[in-house]
Amino acid sequence: MEQVQTISHAGISLAELKEKCIHAIFLFCGCVSIFTTIGIVLVLALEGAFFFQEVPLTEFLFGTEWTPLFFNKSFGILPLVCGTLLTSAVALCVALPLGLIIAIYLSEFASSRARSVLKPTMEVLAGIPTVVYGYFALLYVTPLLQKIFPELLGFNALSPGLVMGIMILPMVASLSEDAIYAVPGSLRQGAYALGAGKLQTIFGVILPAAFGGIAASFILAMSRAVGETMIVAIAAGQQPQLTLNVFEPVETMTAFIVQVSLGDTPHGTLAYRTIFAVGGALFVLTFLLNSLSLWIRGRYQERYTG
Amino acid sequence: MNSAAKSKGEIAFHLLGIAAVSIALLALCALLIDIISSGYSKVSLDFITSYPSRRPANAGIAAALVGSLYLMLLTACFSLPLGVGAAVYLEEYATENKFSKLIELNIANLAGVPSIIYGILGLQLFVRYANLERSLLAGAFTMSLLILPIIIIASREAIRRVPDSIRQAAFALGATRWEMIRDQVIPAAFPGIMTGCILAFSRAIGETAPLITLGALTYIAFLPDGLLSPFGALPIQAFNWISRPQAAFHDNAAGAIIILLTVLLSMNIIAVVLRGRFQKKFAT
Repeated sequence: MEQVQTISHAGISLAELKEKCIHAIFLFCGCVSIFTTIGIVLVLALEGAFFFQEVPLTEFLFGTEWTPLFFNKSFGILPLVCGTLLTSAVALCVALPLGLIIAIYLSEFASSRARSVLKPTMEVLAGIPTVVYGYFALLYVTPLLQKIFPELLGFNALSPGLVMGIMILPMVASLSEDAIYAVPGSLRQGAYALGAGKLQTIFGVILPAAFGGIAASFILAMSRAVGETMIVAIAAGQQPQLTLNVFEPVETMTAFIVQVSLGDTPHGTLAYRTIFAVGGALFVLTFLLNSLSLWIRGRYQERYTG
Repeated sequence: MNSAAKSKGEIAFHLLGIAAVSIALLALCALLIDIISSGYSKVSLDFITSYPSRRPANAGIAAALVGSLYLMLLTACFSLPLGVGAAVYLEEYATENKFSKLIELNIANLAGVPSIIYGILGLQLFVRYANLERSLLAGAFTMSLLILPIIIIASREAIRRVPDSIRQAAFALGATRWEMIRDQVIPAAFPGIMTGCILAFSRAIGETAPLITLGALTYIAFLPDGLLSPFGALPIQAFNWISRPQAAFHDNAAGAIIILLTVLLSMNIIAVVLRGRFQKKFAT
């Protein structure tokens, strides 16, 4: 293709120049994503550097109290990390098993008519804005759960966790289904030829073969849960505390950033800069999870294409 | 011999699958019914054309709805050319080398960055460094960066589905690479690109967290009158009403959510129609 192009316009330098300019414009578009990443890293690092000039990194990472907006300030991020992990854990307890079961059901059991109805419906779940899920968690799920668990407080980790699980469920189901779908048909036929039943084939051959893709989807779900903001900001409360009790209010890293953004903390103060430190921690955490997920998927693809 | 036992297990698993799907569908139904039953009485022409108020009965979403629509249009203006351009670069220009691998990996990673991080980026980059204040323009730039990875990934898929024979035919007729892209690839991939982009725009219209970080206003009694005007947005307005203690405001929030979901639904219907057209075009 390269050759055809140069032959047809040999000697016409203006046209070549135009092509080169256009190439450069497209290259620029391609580079915007790189600039974005650099921008994120620079903003978080520069503003975070101001923060860490005043707060030692060890206090930030290992301190067990988070009260940057109080008179007696302490900057231990652990309570926020704890809140984040608690709500995420609840969400994953919903999304991973249900998502995997739905993926197996859709790929192995459902009729093609059921699939053609169910898949778009699941997409609807994934397309609902998170603020709507927040409304649902605070004003529907929490009151409902309070009827079952009277000790549940108005803000808690359980209700937003469960709703967040429903929100990421379609993603887990769809990515796991892709992974199952990508398992070569020959493996399946081999299993049947050896006399394996349907369940034996699924659990003995298909799931182990799709393990990489499924694991990648699980880790991506974890990253989504950790980074989810509105549901927890609305329904989990604003009390950073080290607790594993899902009935109590907690504050996640994302909810804290929302709290500061909505409040009247003056720009440039140390309390204000916490959002960059917390944002940095959040970015590092999700970046590691995303990279791990991509790496696993990449390795897994090599196994069947190479 | 044990085929009966096996099929029992199969039936059990089949039922388990149906139960799992039912849980998801039940949650969806409960959510929609809850919101419609609390909000339907709010939805009226008055509600759509009124400005926020301290009295829930008088409060409306005019500024938020118009703000959201402006925001989405502006976001589309920035993100569509950039995203499609990046996709064209990766599919039609880039050779398989370390640099294009890096861009690809970077886009995949950006797609997983939490939206609130984009809010922090926008706050620093557009609101502070570029001095755009908390304006529509700053919001649209931030949203564009946020949905860019989605647009690029969707556009690449659409471009990849254009048969290679079309490209070779264009070259054979003496077209340059740009003429080939402009006259053949982009028109052929257009419905597919638009489908992906509309889904990305609907993501942008529902996003709340980055706008909160940017500082979009919740109490705003005028329509945005220019690119640098402060603005409100539907999801922010809904969030503001949800976080108030009075139950009457919660119904307002449900009303705003109904409007938001209606906008999203209409965009999705357009996307599905376009997708149907696209599939027909290369079906044979």
